Amino acid sequence: MKYETVIGMEIHVELSTQTKMFCGCANAFGAGENTLCCPVCAGLPGTLPVINAAAVDYCIMAGLATNCEITRHSLMDRKNYHYPDLTKGFQTSQLYYPLCRNGYVDIETESGVKRIGIREIHMEEDAGKLVHPDGQSCSRVDYNRAGVPLIEIVTQPDMRSAEEGRVFLETLRNILLCIGISDCKMQEGSLRCDVNISVRPEGSEELGTRTETKNLNSFRSAGRAIEYEAARQVDVIEGGGRVVQQTLRYDDATGTTSALRSKEDSHDYRYFPEPDLMPIVVDEDWIARIRERLPELPETKRIRYERELGIPGRDARMLSSSRRLSAIFETAMAAGAAPRAAANWLIGDLMRMLKDRLLDTEEIGFSGEDLAALIALIDKGTISSTAGRQVLEGMLDTGKPPSKLVEELGLTQISDADALGEIVKQIVRDNPKPAADYRAGKKKAMAFFTGQAMKRTKGKANPVLLQELFAKELKK
Amino acid sequence: MQLYEYTAHELRSLLRSGEVSAAETARALLERIAGTDPQLNAYITVLGDAALEQAGEADRMLKAGDGGALCGVPVGIKDNICIRGVRTTCASRMLENFFPPYDANAIELLRAQGSVFLGKCNMDEFAMGSSTETSYFGTVRNPHDLSRVPGGSSGGSAAAVAAGSAVVAIGSDTGGSIRQPASLCGVVGMKPTYGMVSRYGLIAFASSLDQIGPLARSVRDCAMVLDAIVKGDSRDTTSIMDAQDGFEARLNIDMKGKRVGLPREYFAQGVDEEVRDAVLEAAKTFESMGAVCEECSLPLAEYALVAYYLVSSAEASSNLARYDGVRYGYRAHGAKDHEEMFVRSRSEGFGREVKRRIMLGAYVLSAGYYDAYYKKAQQVRTLIMRDYAALFNKYDFLLTPASPTTAWKEGARIDDPLRMYAADMCTVPVNIAGLPALVLPCGRGEGGLPIGMQIIGPARSDALVLGAGYAYEQAAGGGALRPVDVGGGQG
Repeated sequence: MKYETVIGMEIHVELSTQTKMFCGCANAFGAGENTLCCPVCAGLPGTLPVINAAAVDYCIMAGLATNCEITRHSLMDRKNYHYPDLTKGFQTSQLYYPLCRNGYVDIETESGVKRIGIREIHMEEDAGKLVHPDGQSCSRVDYNRAGVPLIEIVTQPDMRSAEEGRVFLETLRNILLCIGISDCKMQEGSLRCDVNISVRPEGSEELGTRTETKNLNSFRSAGRAIEYEAARQVDVIEGGGRVVQQTLRYDDATGTTSALRSKEDSHDYRYFPEPDLMPIVVDEDWIARIRERLPELPETKRIRYERELGIPGRDARMLSSSRRLSAIFETAMAAGAAPRAAANWLIGDLMRMLKDRLLDTEEIGFSGEDLAALIALIDKGTISSTAGRQVLEGMLDTGKPPSKLVEELGLTQISDADALGEIVKQIVRDNPKPAADYRAGKKKAMAFFTGQAMKRTKGKANPVLLQELFAKELKK
Repeated sequence: MQLYEYTAHELRSLLRSGEVSAAETARALLERIAGTDPQLNAYITVLGDAALEQAGEADRMLKAGDGGALCGVPVGIKDNICIRGVRTTCASRMLENFFPPYDANAIELLRAQGSVFLGKCNMDEFAMGSSTETSYFGTVRNPHDLSRVPGGSSGGSAAAVAAGSAVVAIGSDTGGSIRQPASLCGVVGMKPTYGMVSRYGLIAFASSLDQIGPLARSVRDCAMVLDAIVKGDSRDTTSIMDAQDGFEARLNIDMKGKRVGLPREYFAQGVDEEVRDAVLEAAKTFESMGAVCEECSLPLAEYALVAYYLVSSAEASSNLARYDGVRYGYRAHGAKDHEEMFVRSRSEGFGREVKRRIMLGAYVLSAGYYDAYYKKAQQVRTLIMRDYAALFNKYDFLLTPASPTTAWKEGARIDDPLRMYAADMCTVPVNIAGLPALVLPCGRGEGGLPIGMQIIGPARSDALVLGAGYAYEQAAGGGALRPVDVGGGQG
């Protein structure tokens, strides 16, 4: 029997607000243990929360960027459970009236464009972190993260493959990076993803029993976890067993999942509306203000690149999807680079280089001005496009400006007709056969001659000038 | 007259004219505490040196002409309100050694006035109780009869004010915790409109019901304290940001033509005859001032008590979840893992009544019961608010008993929670609806025990409620209440 995998996700995103969700403590990563705490986020008796309006703004931004409806009268709820990293014995979250609902994100995979539903986006606060010092029998708790604002994005079970899951995560992250509400670093935990997976016989309408997989710390591991877990469930069913609803932990080292807890010992969180906070009332003005603040979203960018700049569809999608890439692209154009040339460098050569280096577009160190300068050097004939590739690599690896790299690598193109003239004469003299072919009308032989010349000049010869010189020489 | 016998407004004149100093006043009060507290147990912590230091500062402020109306006035603070660096226990083993690193908003405001903190007043554990018998630090005794309870949960604050071991006191009222002990101890107590006084620094029992308020020996003193502590506070989002003070200046309100409602449900079964008679007598006093008194009905009042215990316990179960022994408070030692640490710390750190409420609250919030209990109780709450709103279309304020009975014998109800909870039937509907209510003495029952009446007004009518109480106080004899000679009659 053939099976279909059904995937839904819950994605926690730490918001990059200046301060925490309910107090004035700085929201920062990497500070000394328990240095970013106050009586409020430490949950001392008698303290009260005050909601950070910027966090609400950010959540609304996420909602608008993913085509959600914004709940006009929203409430915070208390989710009650005990854990040492939780300072109040409950997490302030949203259950009954999440701030954003019923949105979607379009993704593009090999098989085309697909719409993934967003069930809701709600606000909540993060907990602290347990620290288990080596060789000691105690645990410590660091509350710096306690009270950091989070949004949880819950999708519909609309994804059907590991590929779709991975692309959805990438697309979503690109949107969140574009609107600037989070740095979305999976390794630092500012973007965390739980995946709900079930399988069912192909063609079936009914959903199978799902499991929830946690501890995914990269897009790659999310994809691998989905593949592993779907296959495991199929094995269970094929073996005559039943999939058990449970929470699993993914181990990146072994590429396998293991049980964390089963449904039987799932918590009763005793949710109820947070009495210490007033309802969040979002009016039209508030939404209009946020809409104004929203930067151009990847999808709008893509359409503009295609229609106004004539960038081919796939390239336009790639360029627009990454905040960093589109920023470089746009500054390069502003610095005088032709759109097509800039796009070609970014999509073709740069993408391959990033892949080789296992780098993300966010990690590109050079600027759009640098790219424009590189293109200008080629246009002016100072360097060849072959040499241009070398320069681009240098820009990526060292961050040095192209002019400096051209100098350091000795790539200045030989455009001196006298210097090249000698070489051209010599090559024609040494290769009578191809010369005869050319003269007999086999124009293809030209490639052989320019190739020879490039070899001798270590790629520095100006190819246009070379062709001219060879044509003249061969006419003789 | 002894210094401890003066009211706050009398002391204000004496302090400002320089007839007495804040330092000698503080010393007189500390002596009074030393003389009465072995019997009353009204204080958990007495601030000797710190109070004298504050008094010295108050004297400097008085000399410079600074300071507010309460400058140099000694105040007792209920032990669930945080004072920076002062042990704040909530009368619980759980917080036996908790020293908050910050001041409650009300404390900040009193400090700015220059008032002197005498100490932390005893109370029911986490304010859960109606007799102050659930305190980890021992029962408080009623100054009128040491074999009787002072009411609760602000029993320490009420007993101290009644006995003159505080000039005024700050309490908190979740379901009657200021008003019921004020009634049982024969003093004046006020629960302001929900949101009038910031809850920042008040250790939460039930967030949507808790409110800080004054206890005193005159209505004017209550107004003076409210003038000090009513102020919008951005740290409490339920705080009324445009709250108006100036209560003392607005005390004189003509009762002529005022319409007074007497909801019959408050005078029905369970209310002692002597209490009913005393309150009806007070109604006559209002009539003699030109007010029009009329029987009316608040049909849903009987559901208020149930709704109150469901909502308050639900919120309490969550508010008290933070006491897990991890960061502060009582921690059981020798636990194998954190779960055992939680369970044992909470089992050993909380008393019986607190655990009863936590269990009740967790139950009403649990899956499958939420709709039937918590949600239903909130709906009842809305209906009760509407009932009150309808009454206030017809009446300026309502007049009711403050407690169905006078003070009862210690131990008489402690093993009968339902009977204990019924003691709050007159006071809880007010919290449910967030209204202001003032309790003041209106007579004496058998054994000379004080009887209190309650004046309830619409939301934000705190000035009217105080004005009505003041008018009654003047008409009924005018003079301020003097401290009780502990263990005997009125001194």
